[in-house]
Amino acid sequence: MSSHLRALEADSIHIIREVAAEFARPVMLYSIGKDSSVLLRLAQKAFYPGPIPFPLLHIDTTYKFREMIEFRDRQAAAVGARLIVHTNLEAIADGTQPFAVGTQRCCALLKTKALLDALQAGGFDAAFGGARRDEERSRAKERVFSLRDPQGQWDPKRQRPELWRLLNSRLNPGESVRVFPLSNWTELDVWRYIDAERIPVVPLYFARERDVIVRGDSLIVPEQEFVPLLPGERPQRVVCRMRSLGCSPCTGAIRSTATTIPDIIEELLAVRQSERQLRIIDHDQDGSMEMKKREGYF
Amino acid sequence: MSGLLRICTAGSVDDGKSTLIGRLLYDSRSVYEDQIRSVRAASRSRTAGPIDFSLFTDGLRAEREQGITIDVAYRYFATARRTFILADTPGHEQYTRNMATGASTADVAVLLVDARHGIREQTRRHARIARLLGISTFVVAINKMDLVDFDADVFAGIQGDLPDALDAARVQAIPISALDGDNVIVPSGRTPWYGGPALLPFLETTDAVRPAAAAPFRFPVQLVIRPDDTFRGYAGQIASGSVSVGDEVTAWPSGAKARIARIVTWDGDLAEAAAPMSVTLVLDGEIDVSRGDTLASGAPHVGRRFNAHVVWMDERPLQPGRPYVLKHGTRTVTASAAAPLALNEIDRLTITTGRPIVFEPYAENRATGSFILIDPATNFTAGAGMIVEALPDTGDAIVPGAAERLAAAARAAASDRAAIEAVRALLEEVLA
Repeated sequence: MSSHLRALEADSIHIIREVAAEFARPVMLYSIGKDSSVLLRLAQKAFYPGPIPFPLLHIDTTYKFREMIEFRDRQAAAVGARLIVHTNLEAIADGTQPFAVGTQRCCALLKTKALLDALQAGGFDAAFGGARRDEERSRAKERVFSLRDPQGQWDPKRQRPELWRLLNSRLNPGESVRVFPLSNWTELDVWRYIDAERIPVVPLYFARERDVIVRGDSLIVPEQEFVPLLPGERPQRVVCRMRSLGCSPCTGAIRSTATTIPDIIEELLAVRQSERQLRIIDHDQDGSMEMKKREGYF
Repeated sequence: MSGLLRICTAGSVDDGKSTLIGRLLYDSRSVYEDQIRSVRAASRSRTAGPIDFSLFTDGLRAEREQGITIDVAYRYFATARRTFILADTPGHEQYTRNMATGASTADVAVLLVDARHGIREQTRRHARIARLLGISTFVVAINKMDLVDFDADVFAGIQGDLPDALDAARVQAIPISALDGDNVIVPSGRTPWYGGPALLPFLETTDAVRPAAAAPFRFPVQLVIRPDDTFRGYAGQIASGSVSVGDEVTAWPSGAKARIARIVTWDGDLAEAAAPMSVTLVLDGEIDVSRGDTLASGAPHVGRRFNAHVVWMDERPLQPGRPYVLKHGTRTVTASAAAPLALNEIDRLTITTGRPIVFEPYAENRATGSFILIDPATNFTAGAGMIVEALPDTGDAIVPGAAERLAAAARAAASDRAAIEAVRALLEEVLA
């Protein structure tokens, strides 16, 4: 492993241990993607030979790819961590889905509200997430310890300065933090680490022939029945893979022939589109991610 | 040269800092086409050339609306030769605080200067802050050379007027045009009188990275890992130096000695480990060690009084004698300062802590010489300090007794709720 990856790993483990030492009830958000997989490995390393001293939490919108859910249950069992799965069942019963209520409202109910409810129900004062600053421009302004008010909201103008490796974990009543140990990692660092550490990832990241709806630049995997076919559209067989994982109706696949992790790394070195380009929810308004984060999203 | 270089950038408003960073990212192919497209669309309404590079870096809506940078942003880019983490610090509002934050982890500072205006007061201030934060390699990027017809005399004039704070530092002045790309990635044909490197090649090859591994061994204990009766290990990140199995180390502040029996990691035991690795150390003797203690070789300074340069980052000024929470390594103690300080001020103050800490001057060791001060009423990170020198402990003349401290904390709080919190926190500290 390169000295650069080793330094990133050491700093991330330091952050994870600080949280375990200084907060009463930490939890690790586990969203099944590549970043979560790295986070989980770092947590195993941080407390070895002891177990991971906090539970994992998955916010399940019920619209995740089927392969993701299978992978989640396998991984949690393999690592021996307690897994909490939370769904906003009320919103699902009301028929919430992106084509019925729009992506902004769907995210607000199934992700943000579900997350805030689950954090409150567990009494969690610190929640780890796998977000990276290189993902999106408002995330570039994010702290390692992202302070949230009692409603879970982020105020970018009221952030605490973070100097050296000294993290301020003191909270006022009702406040909590979101903790981002992968802040300084890039997409390429994540894949190189997965390669060096042989970390298991969801098979959706690897190219194969899949039935997809081709819509502009997007390849949509029609796993959910409510994804409407526009006039003239029908599923086609395309060799593709997922670069970023989310809900199947809102996350497009990319055309790719990368079937191994070294293939993916090689592809990334040449690719000219950003990782979140096919995440519809990032583009539904100006500053979408910042707006969602202000409301309590990760 | 290889590995990671951490850079911070500083400049006054309108010196073109965001444009330079956007240019570095764009020309090193570190931004993606969809990001460029969205910036092209937004550039039409503004007046910063064909592509407004600052739109890559200004991540918040308020920043894009007002055309200013509010907060520190971090950028990541890599070339075939090196990986870079760049802290982009705003040039105006709350600049001292942001400059200090960006500089605290940086190896090199890039100071932007507008060729038309020369070195300004703020440039001198930024240079001083960066020096205090321990940066010794500087690039003075003299920008907007296109607006002074690439005049060698203008460049030479500014070079002769560099801030005094840079006298003992390594300085590379580079004439650039961030907008047009001159001397950013490759040498410009429009500055034939300049024989030095372009900015990116300089950053790729500079040996500014400070080897923390060369300093004496310091290991602030983060956690005691004890999964069962057969294993007791001390988890932490090596702050400086290196350690081998068999080495004798001392636990401070107790002064108890033991030898390293094992260096444990998930990837297997190691014979030796060095900064900045995160490891778990097993000792051969039964000595009392807990979070906040430091395992060290040799004899670090252990004490409760020192002089430090303090940067104040809170709108509520530092009040002399008032108890603050001081975090140093993994140890949290109460502390008070002997003199006041207002927002964005920097001064050398005497600090007294409630319990001893294990420290060295910041100039010798960045990790054991740095601390933050937290306001116990708001829990805001209010100050950052760099230790200059130890002072003899003088008993309790400056730190009042427990009852006085509790009363002072309650009085200083803004609300009843804040008072309860402050007293609760102090009680924990006093009773610990």
